Amino acid sequence: METFVAGLHAFLVAPFLDMVSLPDFLLQVIWEGFVSGILYALIALGFVLIYKASAVFNFAQGIMVVFAALVLVSLFDLGVPAWLALIITIAVMGLLALSVERLVLRKLVNQHEAILLMATIGLTLVLKGAGQLVFGGEPKSMITEELGFSTGSSDWEVFDGIVIFQHIDIAAAVIAIIMVAVLGVFFSKTRIGRALRAVADDHQAALSVGISLNQIWAIVWFASGIVALVTGIMWGARSDVSFALEIIALKALAVLILGGFTSVPGAIVGGLIVGIGEKLFEVYWGPMFGGGVEAWFAYVLALIFLLFRPQGMFGERHIERV
Amino acid sequence: MFYREAGQFKTTYEADQAMLPIAQDRVGLLLILLIAFAAIPLLASDFFISSIMIPFLVFALAAVGLNILMGYAGQLSLGTGAFMGVGAYACYKLATLFPDLNILIVVFLSGFFAAGIGVIFGLPSLRIKGLYLAITTLAAQFFLEWCFIRIGWLYNYNDSGAIEVPQRMLFGLAITGPHATPITRYLVILTIVAIMTLVAANVLRGRIGRSWMMIRDMDIAAELMGIRPLFSKLSAFAFSSYYCGVAGALMVFFWLGSAEVESFDINHSFLIMFMVIIGGMGSLAGCFMGAAFIWVLPVILRAIPSAFELNILAATMEHISSIIIGALIIFFLIVEPHGLARLWRVGKEKLRTWPFPYAT
Repeated sequence: METFVAGLHAFLVAPFLDMVSLPDFLLQVIWEGFVSGILYALIALGFVLIYKASAVFNFAQGIMVVFAALVLVSLFDLGVPAWLALIITIAVMGLLALSVERLVLRKLVNQHEAILLMATIGLTLVLKGAGQLVFGGEPKSMITEELGFSTGSSDWEVFDGIVIFQHIDIAAAVIAIIMVAVLGVFFSKTRIGRALRAVADDHQAALSVGISLNQIWAIVWFASGIVALVTGIMWGARSDVSFALEIIALKALAVLILGGFTSVPGAIVGGLIVGIGEKLFEVYWGPMFGGGVEAWFAYVLALIFLLFRPQGMFGERHIERV
Repeated sequence: MFYREAGQFKTTYEADQAMLPIAQDRVGLLLILLIAFAAIPLLASDFFISSIMIPFLVFALAAVGLNILMGYAGQLSLGTGAFMGVGAYACYKLATLFPDLNILIVVFLSGFFAAGIGVIFGLPSLRIKGLYLAITTLAAQFFLEWCFIRIGWLYNYNDSGAIEVPQRMLFGLAITGPHATPITRYLVILTIVAIMTLVAANVLRGRIGRSWMMIRDMDIAAELMGIRPLFSKLSAFAFSSYYCGVAGALMVFFWLGSAEVESFDINHSFLIMFMVIIGGMGSLAGCFMGAAFIWVLPVILRAIPSAFELNILAATMEHISSIIIGALIIFFLIVEPHGLARLWRVGKEKLRTWPFPYAT
């Protein structure tokens, strides 16, 4: 009984006491979580874009992030100026989008969702093999400064302590917010954005009013390619550009569950919840489990959440009929 | 001409409900079994048996397990690798805790642990389906992987963190451990896989299997017709995980000899999912075809450079084969989304009417 009470205390009370006793450290942890949450959210955003328009669950989003970052860095290493490398990389992502639409999606219209998922896993294998073949497997460092980002950090004195903000993290947060705003305007105000939403609502109805599915699909893949590039730059600036990013990108799947597959705000809020929750859990509860809980926290959180709200936070509730 | 059921009359209900109603199918299956049980052990080299046939059988069994869940019960799962791991670690713990227990019993018992874990992680399937469910099974994958690393008790606090297979005898022959010959290991695995496939085939065409298929085709309609979704979905998870667990135990005990967490990572889950999809969802024969295709293809690809005396680095070849396999998977999905099993069925239909294609 005593050990049980002690365990309960260690699990339910002690972590909060830790949080209150060192508020500056808590703020630092929350900030770290916030930043990684933004990055999860960016990956999830790429998923959502494609899922909304084509009901394809794009497993290759993670490898697209790595691929885009690798193209950018390798071009720079070859002596191409940073701004030109950026433009060429965007062009490469556009080419990728076109060829995916042309060679894969167009032929798999109306197939079972598991088959579409498998096709994107096949695409993952192709991109991974090609990336390693062309760029080599070893990690590369991101060209942060050349792209005009500051690599310094600022301190903020609060609660008799210091919270450190990396400039690149602040830039990531700002860019993510801008990107979501731009996407929001794009979806609701532009002609193509409205066509996109029409396709998402009903493929056949969209076709019958003259919207070209193929064109829309190429555009969303291009858009999520650009999202992947931005994510790759941000993430690459925090750690190296390597294929290990791919596994981290899988966490965006848990974010998707929390937010709902079709919701842009859901991706952002879900990303922040996963990012912050994961860091807090790792720092304050992790030692109880022997550490490394970051690997599964997001998924288990998503699993428990789904038991109570199967459609995610912002997902649409479907009424099923026979 | 050769493959035709004309003249084969069924005069009893038993004959009508037989698993293979056509005589040619029975002969074909017997031939395959004969080749597998007699010809391969007698003629094939040790290399062929231990690096092609044994892994092929292990993966085929795991694919059967996943196919039960995905192809028959319609529940997507990405946690196959972890369920195999549960079977393997349970088998290791049982074998070291009860050294006198017959190893075959241990293997079959370890499947029950995987089944139990499978039911727990199958619980969300009662509320969610499709891709959402697939992602929650990722929770199983990563959580169990973490357990395999952090819980030292599972691998008896080895310094290496790996599980080493102890030697076990059956009828005076070493069947596991370093002294077991490939042929004995192959025959043990083959027997287990053959029996378990037979059981699966019969469960699938029985009452439980039919209720799984009803759930797959439309779960609400099935519920209205009196199928209990709770029981059906969870039994599908239990059955499937049992098969995956036994496959995992076989993989470590009869193929690898020792294993670490990497043997059960998410890439294995994908590998087995590929086998099921390439082979054909909802087909047992497809599991074997898919496993053969996905396992043998990279082996052949790796052998190509040395056959043509090309000087390609092993790592480069690895990347090239990754590209080729990825492209082939996409190609297959486009050409025949229902897998190799469907191609086989189409071929059989053609054979029935040959040489008069319009004579039905």
